[in-house]
Amino acid sequence: MILHELLDYTTLRLIWWVLLGVLLIGFAATDGFDMGTAILLPFIGKDDVERRTIINAVGPVWEGNQVWFILGGGAIFAAWPPLYAVSFSGFYLAMFVVLAALILRPVAFKYRSKRDDVRWRAAWDWALFVGGFVPVLIFGVAVGNVLQGVPFRLDGDLRAFYEGSFLGLLNPFALLCGLLSVAMLVTHGAAWVALKTTGAVAARARAVGLVTALLTPALFALAGLTLYLWVDGYHITSAVVMDGPSNPLLKQVATAPALWFSNYAAYPFLLIAPALGLVGPLLVWAGLKARAEGATLIISGLSLFGIIATVGVSMFPFILPSSIDPVSSLTVWDSSSSHQTLFIMLVVTCIFLPLVLAYTAWAYRILWGKVDASAIRAGQGHHY
Amino acid sequence: MELDIVGLSRLQFALTALYHFLFVPLTLGLSIIIAIMETVYVMTDRPIWRQMTKFWGSLFGINFVLGVATGLTMEFQFGMNWSYYSHYVGDVFGAPLAIEGLMAFFLEATFVGLFFFGWDRMSKVQHLAATWAVAIGSNFSALWILIANGWMQNPVGAVFNPATMRMEIEDFYAVIFNPVAQAKFVHTVSAGYVTAAVFVLGVSAFYLLKGWHVTLAKRSMAVACSFGLLSSLSVVVLGDESGYLATEHQKMKLAAIEGMWETEPAPAAFTAIGFPNQEARETHHVLQIPWALGLISTRSLNTQVSGINDLVAHGKERVRSGIIAYDALQTIRAAKGVDKVAPEVKAAFENHGRDLGYAYLLKRYVDDPRQANEEQIDKAAWDLVPQVAPLFWSFRIMVGLGFFFIALMAAFFWQSATGRLGEPRWLLKVAVLAIPLPWIAAELGWVVAEFGRQPWIIEGVLPTAMAVSSLSVTDLLITIAGFTLFYSVLFVVEVTLMVRAIRKGPEPDDHLAPAPYATLQPAE
Repeated sequence: MILHELLDYTTLRLIWWVLLGVLLIGFAATDGFDMGTAILLPFIGKDDVERRTIINAVGPVWEGNQVWFILGGGAIFAAWPPLYAVSFSGFYLAMFVVLAALILRPVAFKYRSKRDDVRWRAAWDWALFVGGFVPVLIFGVAVGNVLQGVPFRLDGDLRAFYEGSFLGLLNPFALLCGLLSVAMLVTHGAAWVALKTTGAVAARARAVGLVTALLTPALFALAGLTLYLWVDGYHITSAVVMDGPSNPLLKQVATAPALWFSNYAAYPFLLIAPALGLVGPLLVWAGLKARAEGATLIISGLSLFGIIATVGVSMFPFILPSSIDPVSSLTVWDSSSSHQTLFIMLVVTCIFLPLVLAYTAWAYRILWGKVDASAIRAGQGHHY
Repeated sequence: MELDIVGLSRLQFALTALYHFLFVPLTLGLSIIIAIMETVYVMTDRPIWRQMTKFWGSLFGINFVLGVATGLTMEFQFGMNWSYYSHYVGDVFGAPLAIEGLMAFFLEATFVGLFFFGWDRMSKVQHLAATWAVAIGSNFSALWILIANGWMQNPVGAVFNPATMRMEIEDFYAVIFNPVAQAKFVHTVSAGYVTAAVFVLGVSAFYLLKGWHVTLAKRSMAVACSFGLLSSLSVVVLGDESGYLATEHQKMKLAAIEGMWETEPAPAAFTAIGFPNQEARETHHVLQIPWALGLISTRSLNTQVSGINDLVAHGKERVRSGIIAYDALQTIRAAKGVDKVAPEVKAAFENHGRDLGYAYLLKRYVDDPRQANEEQIDKAAWDLVPQVAPLFWSFRIMVGLGFFFIALMAAFFWQSATGRLGEPRWLLKVAVLAIPLPWIAAELGWVVAEFGRQPWIIEGVLPTAMAVSSLSVTDLLITIAGFTLFYSVLFVVEVTLMVRAIRKGPEPDDHLAPAPYATLQPAE
């Protein structure tokens, strides 16, 4: 089969790097508002009907949204196996905590309404909060650690060894990124709740969103400044081979201050990403003020696109730098699947991703409209 | 099993996988049963069928969430606990997993929301389409997962690349149309259908015994026993196909299931009962059925079925061949490329490369397989034998249960066809007591499939012991304790909610008049 040679290896790697970004952004834009909403739940829902209103605002769609996360994991496994192998074993206990929190989420959605008992429901409300807050925080913390380099090395057989600790992940810069992640998705969740509900719940969501929409660019700017002043970037010092075998040990890598900003000097148009990350949340603030709910949600999506894309383009071509053995760092050019796997996966994606987007859009259209508190009281049409 | 990193990683995987598979079979089967019920509703317009769809749908929902929640663990566990495995085979194994998400799970998860929330927002036909999308999505999920698993049993269509030190795809069609994967898929999915059929039958029998919801129960039983009869027949027929394929691809697994140490002259007898003794390398007190194994596993009377001792002797040859491959690989790596070594080294790697995994079996005893002595080679070859007794018994209990399900379903099918459902009462009691049995059969099926291919994580390619992450025992103990605690609590909660939902029974249907949905208004 030579079909896969229609696209060269370099191009395919670049495409899959972009697709990795698409999946992460797809996850943040869809499941992100579910998680943001779950974080808001205990604070903006004062009684059971209000809380059920909030839960039912994401009730029919969170399950489909969550698949972005599952697909993200699967796609990393298929397209970037070294990244999958190194990162999930390296962040072992952190991943366990994320998994535990994510397991709570489906269960809490489904089981909360099964008993009419105040303590039962309160417990599941907190489970939902944990299921939103913990993954969002830890994903941010993980990105913060990736930007600083992760303490792993590869041996000659490409076996990964990790020399960090769980507590080592919780350094100040990583926590700053974690807070940014929380602020960003709480804003997104607030925009969703404002769109899907009415009255007191919507008003409280807006009030929180107005604060986090200002906090997000402030934290983003602070993280950028910290990154510039104190966090070393990485670069490849040997000749860059873009279509060589996926073996990270074949290159030389060095670190230096402010290197994570060099891509912007080379390609100024990339500045659009951090610009969106800074200006987007401010527009969300304005949108929440103006009560333009639909537009606000879209802008919120764009602003998290800006923030996530900033991380990606700043690090390019690095995906997972190693702080203890820079040579082991994983880059776009040496950590992918084989040429043929990337091609097959691309064909599958080109067929199914549009289909997924089409029926997802159809599902959202069917479920369009505000969640009606009186219907919830009457037990009509709302499942949770 | 020692409680080192490898032992603990295996324990954790077994724990989380077997737990995950408590929920999967019911999801697979119940999604189809619900879709059938709703189809009848749309065709006949009788509200009872709508009520049935909603009732079994609510039980489906309670079960479904735990399947999804525990499936998350499965997906990330490969990277977390089996890092070297992920590196070594991600190029091949990752693709079906990703395709599962894109093609199947998105479908299932998006439409499951519409199934529960869309009753008053969609036309009848639209809602039916959503229900079928959930059923098709969940069954397609199983297909892709079993393509991935089937590749671990029979790794076709991939080659080892010395430049990247991993297996890479050579022929994607071979991976998809892997006969082992296809046989596993139909066998596993039918087992899921049986699980759901026995569940619906058992719960309905409980209602009939109590005299509750009799109309709903009788109709549900009729669906369950027809669907169950077909699927229990296909589980056995297709399970036999798996056995046939095992002869071809996993001879050691077959011999271990049989507790067959010596190769017998064809046609081999099937050992119905026996007591395998791993240390003595023999099976005591055997009760045999002449010719049966030969017929089942080779479909002929003159093909031999190899015994464990012969397979070990053959394995020893492959270990030796693997050492040659390993030596060639080291030379290739030192020279940084296949094309930079002498032609005889290249030829050695090409001729012996498929046995490289057998050299890795020596890593338990010696760092460099090239330094292995005779005794170590012998030990490595004997490591090829899985634990015989658990396989022997798991297989027999599974098969016995399979035949019991056929009898159970046939009995109820007969009652249903002759209009005598509900009598005799002892039969109803049997149906209630049968509810947990399909789960036992399904879990034992996984024991046979996975425990039976040890010491390999990828049959003949990568030993399980090589595949683990570089974690500490503490890391693993923390997560095992965490999962055990967490999963136990969730299990109790889920079973309690199931029982409550069953006791509560179906919601009274508020639209008993067969009116089209779109015109219905919520009651104030």
